[in-house]
Amino acid sequence: MSEKSTTPVDAPLRNIYHFDETTHEIALSTHDLHVFYGDNEALTEGDLQFERYKITALIGASGSGKSTFLRSLNRMNDGIAKVEGEIRYRDLDINSNQIDVYEMRRHIGMVFQRPNPFAKSIYDNITFALKQRGVRNKQRLDEIVETSLRQAAMWDQVKDELHQSALALSGGQQQRLCIARAIAMEPDILLLDEPASALDPVATSQIEDTLLQLKEKYTIIIVTHNMQQAARISDYTAFFHLGKVLEYDEARKIFTRPKVAITNDYISGNFG
Amino acid sequence: MNAKTADKIATAVFYAIAGSVILILAFLLGYILISGFPKLTWQFLTTPAKAFTAGGGIGIQLFNSFYLLLLAMLISFPIALGAGIYLNEYAKQNWLTTIIRTAIEILSSLPSVVVGLFGFLLFVVHMKMGFSILSGALALTFFNLPLLTRSIEGSLAAIPNLQREAGLALGLSRWETVTHVILPAAVPSILTGVILSAGRVFGEAAALIYTSGQSAPALNFGDWNPFNISSPLNPMRPAETLAVHIWKINSEGIMPDASAVSAGSSAVLVLAVLLFNFLARWLGRRLYHRLTSATN
Repeated sequence: MSEKSTTPVDAPLRNIYHFDETTHEIALSTHDLHVFYGDNEALTEGDLQFERYKITALIGASGSGKSTFLRSLNRMNDGIAKVEGEIRYRDLDINSNQIDVYEMRRHIGMVFQRPNPFAKSIYDNITFALKQRGVRNKQRLDEIVETSLRQAAMWDQVKDELHQSALALSGGQQQRLCIARAIAMEPDILLLDEPASALDPVATSQIEDTLLQLKEKYTIIIVTHNMQQAARISDYTAFFHLGKVLEYDEARKIFTRPKVAITNDYISGNFG
Repeated sequence: MNAKTADKIATAVFYAIAGSVILILAFLLGYILISGFPKLTWQFLTTPAKAFTAGGGIGIQLFNSFYLLLLAMLISFPIALGAGIYLNEYAKQNWLTTIIRTAIEILSSLPSVVVGLFGFLLFVVHMKMGFSILSGALALTFFNLPLLTRSIEGSLAAIPNLQREAGLALGLSRWETVTHVILPAAVPSILTGVILSAGRVFGEAAALIYTSGQSAPALNFGDWNPFNISSPLNPMRPAETLAVHIWKINSEGIMPDASAVSAGSSAVLVLAVLLFNFLARWLGRRLYHRLTSATN
């Protein structure tokens, strides 16, 4: 097989960044991951490492497998797709049957594409899952509500209406409430599936600012369709194409000197 | 004919069709209410019926209708809720659930008189419950269960999947998500379904003629011990309901004011069903506002 082959899935053309684990702390990594919808393989393999306290963006065209990959990372594909392979988190394979999925998801939280606050008050949206986990102390709950809303940069806007319905908030505020709700559980890792795609540019840039603040405390993995967004906020970027990761590198390299021709085509808007 | 004219004609035709539906309904309601209205007195609503002389009321029948409705709902609601939750939240799409769904569909299209005769054979004769409120309530459960199950399943299905994902992603179990996120969000619509089906049950006659019976023995409203035979609460006594009463008067009533009593009873029945419908809408909307805004 020639090094110059132009077929996208040829192994020599794949460039997957591997971290030196003596100098970089890895929060999550996948090994030989395969995802099937029925008999269709949606993702052939993903050998990726995610560095702690960094933002990693997953980019690629629709149907490239990036959302499927992201949703596999905290087992949100359970019951929808079959996921084979390993997902390493703190020396555990969280894709194994022995894992308590509900406990695991408290460490690996998720924010979805469309804002999905519960039909409850702002306060209850944040405290509800905590209460279910036995946090009853009112003062402690109040503290968590304030900290998580501050981290999501919306405390000042909503501090006087905490007991109003979350459904009355604007789309951008609802999405930030969903981020606040996720970080109230104090996860290690935050997965975001195109969190700003349903929002206007102003709300989008506020979410981006929020994410840049959050990476001091959380490892963030974000799926995005927006190239500028990936370039603006991510430290590392993975390019998905037809169910494979074709290139994974530092974001500045991906966006200035991509090694794979298809990556270059995609980020310069020639397809997708 | 140009497009504009065609559109005008079509609009006019649809207005006419919709108008005639409303007209028929208004005529029916108006006729029943106007012919029954003179009868609607407190005395008519509270005194027992008379078999041979004029001036009988519908007090006992009215009470029987509500009591039977309450018992039927107490039995059918928990079952329908469980079935609805199972079908919408837990069941996988396989041959078993296909059979369940088909069975529910068939059960819901069963003529109520067949349900009544089945209840007669099973509860009244075979299980020796006799013509009783309990037999009637069980027959009504058979009648009500399929529709209530489908209405609850529909209420749950109307809650977007995003809500389930939100719960699961926070580390809640499926059970916690169903009981604390999905059910509360579905309460207004479930309640609307319950009240609407209550209206249907309230007006049902055919399923009750052979199960709860066609006689309304005198009741002692001072005696609330459910084990005494004259107690209103005794579930083993025969109980003619309002709808059965109307059917009975019209087929074999020999009191001189039979047609007036029938008209009055019909008006009460229609008013009660209307009340159920308005209550369902009002309560559903109110609850939705309450549950989706400030709580705690």
